Amino acid sequence: MKRLMSGNAAVGEAAILSGCTCYFGYPITPQNELTEYMAKRMPESGGIFIQAESEIAAINMVLGASVAGARAMTSSSSPGISLKQEGISYLAADELPAVIVNMVRGGPGMGNISPAQSDYMQATRGGGHGDYKTIVLAPSSVQELADIVPVAFDLADMYRNPVIILGDGMLGQMMEPVEFEHIKKTKDYPKDYILTGAENRPSRMVRSLLFDTKEEEEHNWKLFRKFQRIENNEIRYETYLVEDAELVVIAYGIAARIAKGAIKRLRQESIKAGLLRPITLWPFPYKQIRELAKTINDFFVFEMSTGQMVEDVKLSLEGRGHISFYGRPGGVIPTPIEIARIISRHYYKSQKVRKS
Amino acid sequence: MIEIKIDQERCKGCSLCVEFCPKKALFISEKLNMKGYFVAAFDEKKECTGCISCVLVCPDVAIEVYKN
Amino acid sequence: MKKIYTRPNALKDTHFHYCPGCGHGIINRIIAEVIDELGLRGKAICVAPAGCGMLIYNYLDIDTLESAHGRGAAVATGIKRVLPENLIFSYQGDGDLAAIGTAEGFHAANRGELITVIFVNNGVYGMTGGQMAPTTLKEQITTTTPSGRNPVNAGYPVKVCEVFSVLDGTSYLERVAVSSPANIKKTKKAIIKAFQHQLNRTGFSLVEILSPCPTNWKMSPLEAFKWIDEVMTKQFPLGVIKEVK
Repeated sequence: MKRLMSGNAAVGEAAILSGCTCYFGYPITPQNELTEYMAKRMPESGGIFIQAESEIAAINMVLGASVAGARAMTSSSSPGISLKQEGISYLAADELPAVIVNMVRGGPGMGNISPAQSDYMQATRGGGHGDYKTIVLAPSSVQELADIVPVAFDLADMYRNPVIILGDGMLGQMMEPVEFEHIKKTKDYPKDYILTGAENRPSRMVRSLLFDTKEEEEHNWKLFRKFQRIENNEIRYETYLVEDAELVVIAYGIAARIAKGAIKRLRQESIKAGLLRPITLWPFPYKQIRELAKTINDFFVFEMSTGQMVEDVKLSLEGRGHISFYGRPGGVIPTPIEIARIISRHYYKSQKVRKS
Repeated sequence: MIEIKIDQERCKGCSLCVEFCPKKALFISEKLNMKGYFVAAFDEKKECTGCISCVLVCPDVAIEVYKN
Repeated sequence: MKKIYTRPNALKDTHFHYCPGCGHGIINRIIAEVIDELGLRGKAICVAPAGCGMLIYNYLDIDTLESAHGRGAAVATGIKRVLPENLIFSYQGDGDLAAIGTAEGFHAANRGELITVIFVNNGVYGMTGGQMAPTTLKEQITTTTPSGRNPVNAGYPVKVCEVFSVLDGTSYLERVAVSSPANIKKTKKAIIKAFQHQLNRTGFSLVEILSPCPTNWKMSPLEAFKWIDEVMTKQFPLGVIKEVK
C-alpha cells in the first residue's frame, strides 16, 4: 500500500524499517519534518530520539550510539551540516558507520530555505578535515529517497564509514506516494569493534589520535584502500535515453528530475537528448561518463548551484567532448520547460558550429 | 615487617612520596632510571607503618606495599 | 607476603606519559581502583577527551573511546542510551568541559543523562603548553595571560559544579582535590558516590577534581599540591555541591 508522504517523513519511516534505532537531530528548515517524524515514531518503535542542543552534539551522539553498536542517524540542512563536519571526520577516522541526511538549502552562510545543490563539493570531498571520503547518495524522488535509506545503512555498516544522503529542500518537503513494504534490514554485520564493556574479553579502544606518524600514515593508507574498494564496487547511476542520444544531460537529484522532463520535451522536438544521473556522487561514475564520450560529443551539465559537479564531469571526460553548464544557485527551481529551452538553444548553436 | 617496592622505571622522581611519608622513610636516591630521573627509594633502616600515604600521592602508581 | 597495596587490575602495564607530579596519574589510578572495587571492568566504558587526559585509553584496561575536544558528554549520551546497563563516564579537562564543550556538558546534565563526568580542573590547557583555561584564577599567569588573568578582558573562573547545581537533571556534584593523602581518599569516595548515582539511575553526576599541573604552573610537585590547598580552593571550595537522595 502506498502512503502519501513528504520526503523527510519517508526517510524517517525507511530508516526505522532499516533497523535504525537511534536518531539525534536539531531543528533546521527544510528538514524539520524528519526530526518531528522521528520524535513520534522512534519511541513507538522502541528506538531512541533526542533533540540535541546543537548539530555538533547530535553528530557526536550518533558517534556514541554507533560505537555502542546501534544503527544511528542524524539529519540537517546545509548550515547544520557544516557544524557536523567535525563529527563526520571523527566517524571516518574511527571507522564508524553512520547515516547523515542533508536536505540542502541555499547558501552560503544562512542562505535561505529553498532547495539547492550547493553542498556537492562539501559532501563529495570529505567535508571535514583530513584525508577521507564519505559515500554520497543522491536520490531524485520520494520513493527513491525511501529506497536508498536501507542501502545507506548497509554501505555504512559494510565499509564502516559515514554515508551521506544528499537531498534538497524540494525533495524533503514534497509529498509523493511511497511504498515501504520491501524496505527492511536484510543483513547483520559483524561488529567486533564496538564498545560494550570488556566483559570476558580484552578491552577495546576506539580512537583517531595516532601520535606515531608512521602509524598515522598507515591508517591513512588503510582508509585510502577502503575508499578504493568503494570506488570499485559501489558506483550507482541511472541512464535515460542515452542509446541514440546526440547530447547527454548530466544532472543529479531533483535537478535530474527536472532534466528528465526537459528531455521528454526535447525528444518531441526531435532533439535526441539523453540523461546520465549519478546516484552515488562519491564514488562518482567517472568511467561511465568517459565511456559515453566515445560516441557522444555534447554534454550538458545542469545543477542548482554555480557549478560544482561539472568539475567531476570535466575530470571524467579528460578533455574529450564538449561540456556546457547551466546553473541556478540560491534556491531557484527552474521548470522543465525552461531547461528544455536552454538545452535546445545550446543544441542548435552547437549544430551550427559543427556545420560551419 | 612492611616492605615498600618502588618500580624504578615508573618513578619520575617527583618527591611527593618523600614529602608525604610521615616517617620520612623515603628519599630520592642517586640512581638514574632509563627516563633520566633520580628515583625514590625506601630507607630500610627507617620504620614503615604501612599507611600508604606514598601510594596515595604517587602520580605514577610506582609504589606497592607488602607485609611480611 | 601479604599485599597492602598493589597496582589495580583495571590499569594496564603501560607507563604513564604524564609529567612528574601530574594529578592525572593519581586520578587514573583512583578510577582503576574504583572499577576494581565495584567490579565494573566488564561494564565500564570511558570517553576520553582531547588534551593531556586523552591517553587514559592507554592506561585503563576497559573499553574506551576518544572523543573530539569538548564532545565527551554528547558521545557518552549516545553510548549510554544504547547501553543503559553499562557504566559510562567521560573524563574531561577544564578547557574541554567548561569552554569548547560547555553546551554538551550543560545539556547532558540538564537532560539528567545517567552518565558521570570526571572533570579534571587544573586551571590551564596542559597539553598545548599552559594557556588560559576557563577555570584559570584571577591574576594567574599563563602563556595567554602573561600579565595575569584580567577579568575585564578574559572573564572570570568558571565554577562548573555551582552552575550545574541549578539544573534539575543533576543528582550528584562534588568538588574534591588531589592535593594530599586525605584529599585523595575523599576523591575516591566521591567517584564511588558518583558512579553509584549513575548505577542507581538518580541522575547526572559529576566530580570536579582540582588537580596539579606542576609543569605549566611552573612549580615543584609539592608546591603545586600546596597551591591547590592554599590558593585554588579559595576560588573553588571543596565539598559536596549537590546531592539528591
